[in-house]
Order: sequence, then C-alpha cells, then structure tokens
Amino acid sequence: MLAAIVSSAQAEESAFNMTKGVTDISGKVYDLHMLIFYICCAIALVVFGAMFYSMFRHRKSKGAVAANFHESTKVEVVWTVIPIIILVLMAIPATKTLVAMEDTSRSDLTVRITGSQWKWHYSYFNEGVDYFSLLATSQKAIDGVEEKGAHYLLEVDEPLVLPINRKIRFLLTSDDVIHSWWVPDFAVKKDTIPGFINEAWTRIDKPGVYRGQCAELCGRAHGFMPIVVHAMEEDKYDQWLLAKKDEIAKAEQEAAASLTATLSKQELMTLGEKTYLDRCAVCHQATGAGIPGAFPAITGSQVATGDVSVHIDTVVNGRPGTAMQAFSNQLSDKEIAAVVTYQRNGLGNSVGDLVQASDVNTFKAASSQTSKEGQ
Amino acid sequence: MKTSKPESENIKSAPVADADLSRANSAIAVEDDHHHEAPKGIARWIYSTNHKDIGTLYLWFSFIMFLTGGAMAMVIRAELFQPGLQLVEPQFFNQMTTVHGLVMVFGAVMPAFTGLANWMIPMMIGAPDMALPRMNNLSFWILPFAFLILLSSLFTAGGAPDFGWTFYAPLSTQYSPDSTALFVFSVHIMGISSIMGAINVIVTIVNMRAPGMTWFKMPMFVWTWLITAFLLIAVMPVLAGAVTMVLTDKYFGTSFFDAAGGGDPVMFQHIFWFFGHPEVYIMILPSFGIISAIIPAFSGKKLFGYHSMVYATCSIALLSFLVWAHHMFTTGMPVFAELFFMYCTMLIAVPTGVKVFNWVATMWRGAMTFETPMLFAIAFIILFTIGGFSGLMLAIVPADFQYHDTYFVVAHFHYVLVSGAVFSIMAAAYYWLPKWTGNMYDHKLSLLHFWCSVISVNVLFFPMHFLGLAGMPRRIPDYAIQFADVNQIVSIGGFAFGLSQLIFLWVVIKCIRGGEKATDKPWEHAEGLEWTLPSPAPHHTFSTPPKID
Repeated sequence: MLAAIVSSAQAEESAFNMTKGVTDISGKVYDLHMLIFYICCAIALVVFGAMFYSMFRHRKSKGAVAANFHESTKVEVVWTVIPIIILVLMAIPATKTLVAMEDTSRSDLTVRITGSQWKWHYSYFNEGVDYFSLLATSQKAIDGVEEKGAHYLLEVDEPLVLPINRKIRFLLTSDDVIHSWWVPDFAVKKDTIPGFINEAWTRIDKPGVYRGQCAELCGRAHGFMPIVVHAMEEDKYDQWLLAKKDEIAKAEQEAAASLTATLSKQELMTLGEKTYLDRCAVCHQATGAGIPGAFPAITGSQVATGDVSVHIDTVVNGRPGTAMQAFSNQLSDKEIAAVVTYQRNGLGNSVGDLVQASDVNTFKAASSQTSKEGQ
Repeated sequence: MKTSKPESENIKSAPVADADLSRANSAIAVEDDHHHEAPKGIARWIYSTNHKDIGTLYLWFSFIMFLTGGAMAMVIRAELFQPGLQLVEPQFFNQMTTVHGLVMVFGAVMPAFTGLANWMIPMMIGAPDMALPRMNNLSFWILPFAFLILLSSLFTAGGAPDFGWTFYAPLSTQYSPDSTALFVFSVHIMGISSIMGAINVIVTIVNMRAPGMTWFKMPMFVWTWLITAFLLIAVMPVLAGAVTMVLTDKYFGTSFFDAAGGGDPVMFQHIFWFFGHPEVYIMILPSFGIISAIIPAFSGKKLFGYHSMVYATCSIALLSFLVWAHHMFTTGMPVFAELFFMYCTMLIAVPTGVKVFNWVATMWRGAMTFETPMLFAIAFIILFTIGGFSGLMLAIVPADFQYHDTYFVVAHFHYVLVSGAVFSIMAAAYYWLPKWTGNMYDHKLSLLHFWCSVISVNVLFFPMHFLGLAGMPRRIPDYAIQFADVNQIVSIGGFAFGLSQLIFLWVVIKCIRGGEKATDKPWEHAEGLEWTLPSPAPHHTFSTPPKID
C-alpha cells in the first residue's frame, strides 16, 4: 500500500503532492517534506511489518501459544533512544531551512500586503503604486449558471506583479480579521493580523503565473479571495512599474475631471450597479436583501432611504466595529457617487436624488476639516 | 409515560438520599421494593446517582451528538461533492464546520470517555460507585442544556457561530453573529460539566480503590483517565477565560484581542491553544487506556511494559503544555519560539512511539484472536500511527508553512480523532457491551460495522492528505477545478462512513434487547476486576470491597 502511495505521489506531483515551487526555499521545503515522509514510511514499514507478521504468525487459530514475557528494560531503552536520534537528524535540516526562511534582511524591494474582507491590497513601498486585487470569477460561474474556467476561483482582476531574481520583502497586515497570504510555489504563508505587521520574503527563480489562496478562515467569502502573482523578468517588471505609475497618474487626472462633470442618472445607475455587484453584493446580496442577522438589507434601509450625507458617510468611512469597511481609498469618488445613487434608486428603493462625484469630494473635504478641528 | 408525572412529584417531595429514593419509587412500583434494584421509569435517569446509569446516559448522549455532528459533516461533504455552490450559503457552510467541530469535540468524544469512566472506573478499582454521585448527576444533566443552547443558535436570525470551533478573534469578536453569546454560555456549561467530571474521577481513583489496589496495580484505563482528569482541571478554566474575554470584547467594550484598544489578536490564539493542545490529549489518553486493555486480552499475554506505559502517558501529558504554539507557526513568531515549539512537538513522538511499540510487543508471540474489539483496537493502532506520522510532518516548521490550514491538517486530526479516539470508543463499546447488557452483540453485524467503518474512514480521510498537499485550504465551501475528483471520492467515503455508524446503532440496540447470554468473563484472557462481576453487572457492585492480592 505504501509503495503505491509513494509512486502515485511521484507520478502526479502537482495533483497529489506538495509543489516544488519556483524558489530556492520552496525547493528546500519540498525536500524536507519528502525526507520526513520517507523516514515515516520506513518507520511504518518496520512497525506495521512486525505487527502484520505477528498477526499472521501468532494467531491462536494457527495453534500459536502465548509467550510469557512482558517487560524488558533493554528493549525499552532501545526504542526510546533510536527515535530520539532520528528526530535529531530531522531537526537539523529543518532548523537550517527555517532560519533561512526567517531572514528578511537585505531585500531589493518591499511590497506591503493588506488583507481585508475579501480582497488583497498591494502597495509597492516608495513607488507610489498600490491597488486592490479581487476575485475575477463571476458569481454565475460559482452558481453553476456559467461554465467554470480553468482557473475557477484562482483568478483575480489585478494580479500582484513581481520581478524574478530579486529578494522581495513582504510586510503583511490586515484591515479587519486575520487572513493568511499563501502562495505554495514560494512556500510563503504568513498571517495578516490587524494592528500588527508580519514579515516574509521570497526570491523567484522562474517567470510565470503563480496562484494561491487565503489560508485563514476570515468570514463568509474566505474561499473567494485568491492570490495571483505574475513573476516577470527584471526589465519587464521595471517597464510594468512605469506603465502602472502612468496609469495611476491618468486615473488621478480623470478623478479630478470627474469632480466637475455631471453624470446623467442613467450613467450613474449603470456604473453604480457594476460597482455594487463587484463590491457590495458579497454581503448585501445582489438583490439588496442582505442576510438577516449578519448583513443588513439595502432595500428599504434607513441609510439608503434617509439623509444622503449619512449614506455617503457610511460608504466612505465604513462603520467601525462592524463588517462594513471604509471604501474611501478603495473606490474613486465617481464610483462612490454612482453606487450611492444606485442604492438609493435601485434595489427596490426610489428616493430620487442623484449623487455626483463632487458631492462625495465635498463630503470628504468637510469631514477631514472637522476631524482636523477636532484635533 | 402516564405514571411518570406522579412518580416525579413523589420524588420531588422526598429527600434525595439513595434509600429514600427507592422508597419513593416503591410507592408506585411495589415489586421494586429492593435497594439493589434500579428505580423504574424516567425518574431513574433524571435523579440517578448510580455510576452505571450515569455512564449509560453519557454514552447515549454522546452517540446522539455523534450522529448530530455527523449530519453536519454530511452537509459539508454534500456541498463539497462538486465545485460551485449548490446546496448551502457560504455563511451556513461556516456554521456547519464550526458547530460540527464543537459538537464532536465537546458533545461526542469527551462525554463518551466520561461515560466509559463512569461505567468502568469504579468496577475496575473495586469501588461501589463514584466518590461524588450527586455531582455526577449534575455534571451529566447540565450537558444536554449546553448543547440545546448551542444548537438552538442555528435557528437565530444571524445563524449559529460561523468562526470555526477555534473562534479566532477578531472574527469571533467584532465580526461574529449575535448568537455568539449563546456559544459562550454553552461552552461555559460544557466546561463546568467537564471539570466536575474530572474532579469526580480524581477523587474516586485517589480515595476509593479497594484495599490492595496499589497505584501500579491500576489498569491502564484508570491511569490514563487519572492523568486526563488533571489535564481537564488544568485547561478547562483557560477555555472559560478565553470565551469570557470574547464575550466582553464583543458585548462590553473591552479590547483584550483588539489592537485598536491595546489588545492583541494573537494573544487569543496563545490562550486558546494553551487549552487546545492539552485538549487534544484529553481526547486521546483514555483511548490509550482502552487499547492497553484490549490488546493483551486478545493476545493472550500481559501488556508489555506496563510501567513504561504509565511514564509515557505522564510525559505526554506534561509535554502537552509545551507545544501549543505549533498551531500558530504562521502567525509570525520569533525564530527562537518556532524552534522551541518545533523541538518540543517532535519530542512527543518519543513517548507516543513507546506506546505503539509496547502494543506491538504485546501482540508479538501472543496467541491472538480477532474478535470485534480487537479488530477496532488494531485499526486504532495503525490509523492512529498514520495520524502520528502526519503530526510529526506538521511539527517541521518549514514544511508546516505549506501544510498549515490545508486539508493535510484536516486529514491529520481526523486520523487521530476519528480512526483514533472514536475507534477506541467503539472498541471499548464492543469489549464491555457483554458486561453492560449481559448479552453478546451480534457478531456478524459487528464485523459488517467494522469493515464498513475501516474502509470508508480511509476513503474519507486518506485522500485529504493529497488535497492539502496540492494546495486546498480548509474551511472553504467551494474550490478550484483541480480538486474536484479527489473531493468527490472523499465525499463518497464520508457518506459511507456516516451510514456505517447506523449499523453500530443497530448492533447496540439489538444487544440491549437480547442475544446470546454473556458469561461473566466472555473474553478468555481479559484481566481486571470488572470480569469478576456477573454479566450484566448488577445495579450496585462492590458494596464490600474485593480483595486484591
């Protein structure tokens, strides 16, 4: 049986065994895993072998007569000492690898990873580049209405882009609950803990697309916050970073322009619906009905049908102490304006008022003013 | 049921001493006017101070909880049968994994062991009953209420707890459903019940051994339970502290686990696992005692290395306090701490290995027979050892970074808890059923139960190792396409294992209702005072202590 397991483990590595990965460390971890596995197999062979031999030979139905021994200090010492020796032999490579894994010094670049319900926020240190990375699989595919793609649940809208052959340091934290950032190909799994910063590092050997998932139960959509990393050659990465900076600058210009623009109800509702389905529906549900006792409904809610500034405040600043997070840095003013409009005029509500990006911007400016005065 | 009302009224008005109790009963059931007979009707169970009756209550309760928790596992496996969301909401899926864990740990495994302790410890040490019979009654009867509270939370507006049985903060404090208070209250009750049970075991073993029953003449089951009881008293208050802090963080504005208020979410994990790791051994040490009784009985030999078994149990218990953080290697501990907890964890393999070697040595050159208890005991040794191997792999910190929170871990702890603890409980049930009921169980059906269980449990849990290694995280309601085939196999194994346990229910009921009469000592080489008593064991035994030479 054991032989079958070993051979099947080797034959189809990716489906049945730990990945070797694409870093020096992940290779070492794989070797360590296989070493301990083979040692366990050898011990199993001896112990279970003796047991099965005994079960076949020393059975009463075959006329076996029970011996009378039931103690031997010598034997007891032997099978206490031998395991200790084996354990020490296991501990030596494990210790070496661990110490190497925890040495985050002399890194070439730093990426801050922030987990939040249920997405990842990547921020390139000192580069002014940061963005969110969300599940790209459609709800329809999850519900079985649409065909599931090859990377079902393991695809995101914007992957983390990293260069190969550079030592990358990750600083990990969280906005809400504990998540865990895990990419098996790097052998990196580190919890992101609200209020604390963890460190990890990797140096990728091969360009490629590497996929992982959140590994710590973090609420309703824990199974739906994948990680995708694009590892590129150094020069390509540098180009990507420049292009990304351009993109961000353009987006900022657009955001500034949107402040003076007045969108029609139709435009606001279309953008609002898209934003709602991407960001809000996971809790408040696509229908706006929420989940009673867990996530409040939008349809007929006091916030969505009452004073508009309270509504904007809720979206911009979130509700501390609840699962409602602050979206002021996650969505543009235009998107916030659109989603608020959509919530007030769609999902069964019909308040009738429109919110423009400039309203959101004015609200933000006013609230930062009051908080400054408060200080 | 008609007579039950006046009966219970009668008893309410009577002082609750044993003798009075049977007198109160005799008012209705005249033919029962004998102190050594069990009272009749529902009152027998509600007011019982008899260790055998309370043991029976514990065992039935645990079996009902086993089926309840099992039904939740079926929901989990049905949803995971294929990729996509088909049957349940992710929120409800999380409630299922959470309540499944809580019910199995606190409702199925622990009460089963307490039930066995109640039935067997007095009979094994030659005592007439447990030392604190009224507390015994109370420690059982608060349990059903604890689980009623917990299970009722499934029907509240926000649903049951959905943060995993490990209830990590801040998921359980800031982001949890309103029913968290019910969860906290029910865990408190479970804890109180466990502590009372543990006190009772310790007092009984220390004070009520028959003359001549010296420490090193005690059966291994008594030894392992004594050590387990100390572990319980040491760590259940820690759990109570953890849930209380969750309660005050959530409802009363404290910030034990909230960094924004000066607290620390990782501290929660340290506190929880300081309870949680000894808890793991609480659920396995009594198994060691059971297996140490059964293997010699069917090998025709004495247990090999009795003394080293006792010492190994003690060292496992002590080490269990030094390894808790191996559940938290990915939280970002200092390297020194990671190394310390890795070495300590690896060290546990030594005493555990000693136990396995001792069992094999007991079988070696014996004259083995393979009755159902023996089959379950052998399956226990093999499958528990496989769980031990994956435990050793998990101890290796660099590799643990890859295993942590994946199905590899799920496979590991189900090997030690299901094919470990649960199999040992079934072995115990088959071993002592003749003594409990006076009848032999249906041999053929019991074999059917064994083979169905042992095959399906491996179909269920073995492929989970592959899923974990290939990268499937635990506690997810939906998964990537490449995990589909193996998940399907696992689910089929799950349904088969669940259904197999209905055979067990059938065997037990059949055995209670009749069958071939059991002799006082149905197993030729069984050792222990319980086999000197008639089968079924009378309501009161060892009213005069036996003599032990």
